[in-house]
Amino acid sequence: MAEKLKFDLVSPERLLMTAEVDQVTVPGAEGVFGVGPGHVPVMSTLRPGVLDVVENGTEKRFFVRGGFAEVNADGLTILAEQALDLGAIDAAGLDQEIKNAEEDAADAKTEAAREEAAERLAKLREVRAAV
Amino acid sequence: MPSLKDLRNRISSVQATRKITKAMQMVAAAKLRRAQEAAEAARPYAERMEAVLANLAAGMTGQDEAPKLMVGTGKDDVHLLVVATADRGLCGAFNTAIVKLAREHARRLTGEGKTVKILCVGKKGADQLKRLFPQSMVGVIDMSGTKKIGFNNANEIAERVLGMFDAGEFDVATLFYSEFGSVISQVPTAQQLIPAHVPEAGEAGEADADAGAYEYEPEESEILATLLPRNISVQIFKGLLENAASEQGARMTAMDNATRNAGDMIDKLTLQYNRSRQAQITKELIEIISGAEAL
Repeated sequence: MAEKLKFDLVSPERLLMTAEVDQVTVPGAEGVFGVGPGHVPVMSTLRPGVLDVVENGTEKRFFVRGGFAEVNADGLTILAEQALDLGAIDAAGLDQEIKNAEEDAADAKTEAAREEAAERLAKLREVRAAV
Repeated sequence: MPSLKDLRNRISSVQATRKITKAMQMVAAAKLRRAQEAAEAARPYAERMEAVLANLAAGMTGQDEAPKLMVGTGKDDVHLLVVATADRGLCGAFNTAIVKLAREHARRLTGEGKTVKILCVGKKGADQLKRLFPQSMVGVIDMSGTKKIGFNNANEIAERVLGMFDAGEFDVATLFYSEFGSVISQVPTAQQLIPAHVPEAGEAGEADADAGAYEYEPEESEILATLLPRNISVQIFKGLLENAASEQGARMTAMDNATRNAGDMIDKLTLQYNRSRQAQITKELIEIISGAEAL
């Protein structure tokens, strides 16, 4: 594959990745789709899921939640509400965090604290399911 | 002529002040670096968001069902000014500069017979604007509890603004914040939030040709319905981060000046103290000598 796809992954906090890649698999709201060089212009919303980036034969995985994917003649831009590099987190650490969050949810004194803990727990479980 | 004791007291009080301003300057410098990194990290997202929006807008223009957030309500009678300032003072003209820009804007609008509503983020700006436009204030969002500005904070503000917009409480929203140029330059900026500020077709001219060819998943209108409110959160988030960096920059410069002034003051007072001490000793000597001579 001689031609490359220009790929940007940004979250509100920072720019996670910008590179020339071979292929990206995007978890679109209406189904997962792959984007390669010269793809038709597409605008799609994202659902929580894993973004697969193939760069020079190696694969990089990111967990993304919410946001948009835009493919145009220049390349692919992912505007994620939240993005995590899955290479940087491991399952064991995540399990520990889920356990902590479960305890928090059980210990929460006020209604607001309980809701917050439950929300965090749900988010962590989503990530765990994706790993 | 102050006594020696008075001078000593003043010198030690100025020295204490210098220690405080020096410490504040160092704290501001450390915080500035972090705030600056955060502000710079947030720029790509906001820029790309704008680019995506511009592409979409190019394909949307001329359509009747374009969302209100993009084209406005068709009126511009009621203006909402979202004024973001700091919660703390001692940062030079930082807060005043933003308030001044907002004030001029508000005066001009009221002069044109428009209604102005003001939503303040941060206590300092609220204090000043409350005095000037007591009847225009619609609320103050206190950020003093948040240590690190997250996207959630911006989201809350955006939700409030959007809620007001949906309730038809205003037609045009403008965000006031200070853009971070460098430690010594912070530029107060006004940015229009609603209707969304979209670069003119000329700038996005290249994209125009492709714009029609976009495939949308799901529908175009649905995407816009999520993208536009998101854009507002993002712009507010960017504004808040720029503001945080500017605040620390302004504080650092202000405290640096204060430290230098305190140093000058100590030198001057020490000189005066030594002079009057010598004068007193001389006077005592003269008294002793002339007393001895008189015998």
